[in-house]
Amino acid sequence: MSFFRVENLGIHFGGVVAVDDVSFEVKRGEVYTIIGPNGAGKTTIFNLIGLLYPATAGRIFLEDKPLAGSVPHRVAQLGIARTFQNIELFEHATVLQNLLIGRHRHRAASLWQELLFTPAARRAELAAREAVEQVIDFLDLAKYRDSLVAGLPYGVRKVVELGRALATEPRLLLLDEPSSGLNPEETDDMAFWIEDIRRHLAVTVLMVEHDMNLVARVSDRVLALNLGMVIAEGTPAEVQAHPAVIEAYLGKAA
Amino acid sequence: MRFLFKTDYDQDIRLFKHGGQVFWYGLLMALLLTAPFTVGEYVMSQLHFIFIYSIVGLGLMLLVGFTGQISLGHAAFLAVGAYTEALLQAKGVPVFISLPCAALFSAAAGLIVGLPALRLKGIYLAIATLAFNVIVEEVITRWEGLTGGNSGLHVKPVELFGVKLDGDAGFFYLCLGLTVLSILALMNLLRSPTGRAFVAIRDSEISASCMGVNLAKYKTLAFAISAALTGIGGALYAHKVSFISPEQFTLLQSIELITIVILGGVGFLHGAVLGAAFLIVLPQLISLAKDYLPANVGSSGLQAVVFGLVLIGFIIFEPLGLYGRWLKLRTWFELFPFYRKGMFRRQKSYMKSERLR
Repeated sequence: MSFFRVENLGIHFGGVVAVDDVSFEVKRGEVYTIIGPNGAGKTTIFNLIGLLYPATAGRIFLEDKPLAGSVPHRVAQLGIARTFQNIELFEHATVLQNLLIGRHRHRAASLWQELLFTPAARRAELAAREAVEQVIDFLDLAKYRDSLVAGLPYGVRKVVELGRALATEPRLLLLDEPSSGLNPEETDDMAFWIEDIRRHLAVTVLMVEHDMNLVARVSDRVLALNLGMVIAEGTPAEVQAHPAVIEAYLGKAA
Repeated sequence: MRFLFKTDYDQDIRLFKHGGQVFWYGLLMALLLTAPFTVGEYVMSQLHFIFIYSIVGLGLMLLVGFTGQISLGHAAFLAVGAYTEALLQAKGVPVFISLPCAALFSAAAGLIVGLPALRLKGIYLAIATLAFNVIVEEVITRWEGLTGGNSGLHVKPVELFGVKLDGDAGFFYLCLGLTVLSILALMNLLRSPTGRAFVAIRDSEISASCMGVNLAKYKTLAFAISAALTGIGGALYAHKVSFISPEQFTLLQSIELITIVILGGVGFLHGAVLGAAFLIVLPQLISLAKDYLPANVGSSGLQAVVFGLVLIGFIIFEPLGLYGRWLKLRTWFELFPFYRKGMFRRQKSYMKSERLR
């Protein structure tokens, strides 16, 4: 049984083929990274997995169950959480509220219990808060707990977004360029957290990333894409040395 | 300045965060409970209207301020509530059944309007709800057999368990009670997952759905709850004015309702109540001012002009509304002399990720 599998995935927008016949498999508990030059179709693959785009070809399986025919919020309820390349937080809410929304798939009280705020609803709230506090502790966000997201610096927002995804208690975590816009120090922290997420939280990570130092440090396996097609797969060192990858990034020797 | 030392998660969940709030809201409640014995008939009547519009404002606030869905058709829900109440009361149905029915019928209408909201956004949704308003108004006018058409319907005073609440005090307590219940229900909702899902939809639909929020379900739910509250407001309104006809539920009424939300402060429950009070008090102030104005200025168009100017003024100079103004004032006093001008300015957001829809 495979944990997460993508088979012959493809999508085209009009005449533009964004992703073409991409297949890969992510094993439980590993960090799997997709790299590729701009426009290679990396984020598009994430949007296909999240069912934000309807795939024109191929299938996606989580624990051998196909995702197809589902809707975006069902994907989240199955335990696939994601972050966005350019951050999609709830701007006019506090960090705490943002993380609590991550608990949405674990909500326990019915609408009537919430309207009356019965003891059951209160217990559910306290449990959600406790789970969120663990994430806050894990990512060292305590001092930003009650700040509005709209006023936070970019680096902190990136961490908040990671926290929101972790608050869902995902089985598979999709990270879309976790280090983009971060300074070297913040990137270093991000690498620590990704390692910790895998080791201590036992979450499988599927990541899109450009920073090759980060990729080499945390990934078990790497998939290289160019123009929507797979050009190489293997360990970070193997992929980095692969002629097709070098050609895709640097061009052919004259 | 007050510093809260938090030792318990419950402190972030409870309705009253500290003793000061208990004191001030308690004082307000005590003043309101004794109001029938202390204020005159005229003020009492204005208070009725403030409560009725507060309930409607709260409903609209949930939709516009917390879920981010605009509606220019809430007068239609007001009408559904008012006519349901009027017709059921005429049939002799007791008020503790007819009032929930008014809420239920409005909620059903809200579900129907919620359906286009799944596909429409912003100005397009505004136009769709506006069209709904016109349709309902037209149906009420044409369906003479049921609604009496343009000649309208008379509504009896409220009768609760055989006691007629036609006196000012009885009806006052009914309105007050329902307003307080509405506020409590919304506060409960907003501190639970459902309320957070609404706010998530307001701020970013795309990431709300990626967090597992069912957009279709929560948008229609927001419309239904909002319409239900508006329906209750409509039922009370019917009793208050004792005569209803289609021209009370026009587009202009809808705009007045949205004015409540904008003047009060979008995104604050307090704003709904403050906005309602402002909406009721302003015409009184205008008619007082008329005595001091030249005869040709104080004509009937003055009110619309003042309303328009006030609305524009608020949008330009105080987008956070009356409640936002109060927050700034309070912060100014709390931090004196360290208040900075830009403290409440909302920072420009970073680039949004690729827009998918």
